[in-house]
Amino acid sequence: MLVDGALLSACLLPAVFVDGASVTTIEGIAAGERLTPLQQAFIERGGFQCGICTPGQIVAATALLAEKPRPEHEEIRAFMKGNLCRCTGYEGIVAAIDAAAER
Amino acid sequence: MNAFDFHAPTSVAEAQELLARHGADAVAMAGGTSVVVLMKQGLLRPAHVVSLRALSEWRRVERTDGALRLGGLATLRELERSPLVRQTSAALASAFGAVATVRIRNQATLGGALAHADPAQDPPVMLLALDAEVETTSRRIRLADFFVDVLATILESAELIVAARVPSPPPGSRSIYLKFLPRTDDDYATVSVGAVAARSQDGRITHLRVALGAAGPTAIRARAVENALAGSRPRAKDLADAAALVRDEVDPFDDLRGTAAYKREMARVWTERALRAVLV
Repeated sequence: MLVDGALLSACLLPAVFVDGASVTTIEGIAAGERLTPLQQAFIERGGFQCGICTPGQIVAATALLAEKPRPEHEEIRAFMKGNLCRCTGYEGIVAAIDAAAER
Repeated sequence: MNAFDFHAPTSVAEAQELLARHGADAVAMAGGTSVVVLMKQGLLRPAHVVSLRALSEWRRVERTDGALRLGGLATLRELERSPLVRQTSAALASAFGAVATVRIRNQATLGGALAHADPAQDPPVMLLALDAEVETTSRRIRLADFFVDVLATILESAELIVAARVPSPPPGSRSIYLKFLPRTDDDYATVSVGAVAARSQDGRITHLRVALGAAGPTAIRARAVENALAGSRPRAKDLADAAALVRDEVDPFDDLRGTAAYKREMARVWTERALRAVLV
């Protein structure tokens, strides 16, 4: 999740630790029905299959693009290192982030 | 996790007063990546958690008295990306960046990491190779004297880490941090090596520090390796021979990341690679 924009693990933060902070989870990424360019790119570029890892991929990639709007592939892979996927082999995820970065 | 009282003191004095008052029933928490995991595992059951987060003056990264001073509450991500850290030693920035994932590094702090004292951590290895010193609320301690055993440091109860001081490495020196992780890329090291070396105009080694992580109960300096090469003009064979000395300096244990015998041999391999990186 994002805490004041920073990417953090929810499982390491009892609620009291984020008292007063602005917290964004996957539910807060899209504006109602309007997907972000990143979410759209995940659909167009095959960034998910079973979908289990997808909320984390989207939140992490949102933080990445906020910090570095046009990351190199190596930077994408380094930043996204902690988000494991058993389905896609990561190519579709990197392609989606790449595509979103150019918008 | 057990139920606990959460305190968020806004001054160092208030934090120390809370820790002194609650004694063994309290734990100080910086980022929380170690404390929360230990609490979830039931290994730590503090009735009081004293968060240091509001002590913002301890987050500063600056140069003072010709040394790099890293605030104890600076996150590993801030340190990884700090231009001041990078200018002092790119290898040090790399060691901070080698830790786990971005999520952990956004939360974990330098002081919390040092106080946790897991021998497989990355930052202590490079900090040791750079002759770092720990500044606490009551004294300064050389990092080489700071770690006592697995998860144990020389800190007294209620003594907190304010900053780490890193002197500038000798002009013209080269440094490297190498991390061997045969499993996943976000893991602790099976073995890691930090090295800093400088040579005179005629090629003699004038400065050499070699430190290892995940090679014993604490991060260590490989002094036999350093002494074997000090003042010399080493050829490739000399570097290999010196690296082999590390086998008697390390004391690794069997775990999921490798057997003791494997780690001992990998310590030799990666020490040689680090020496080549800074001396060839």
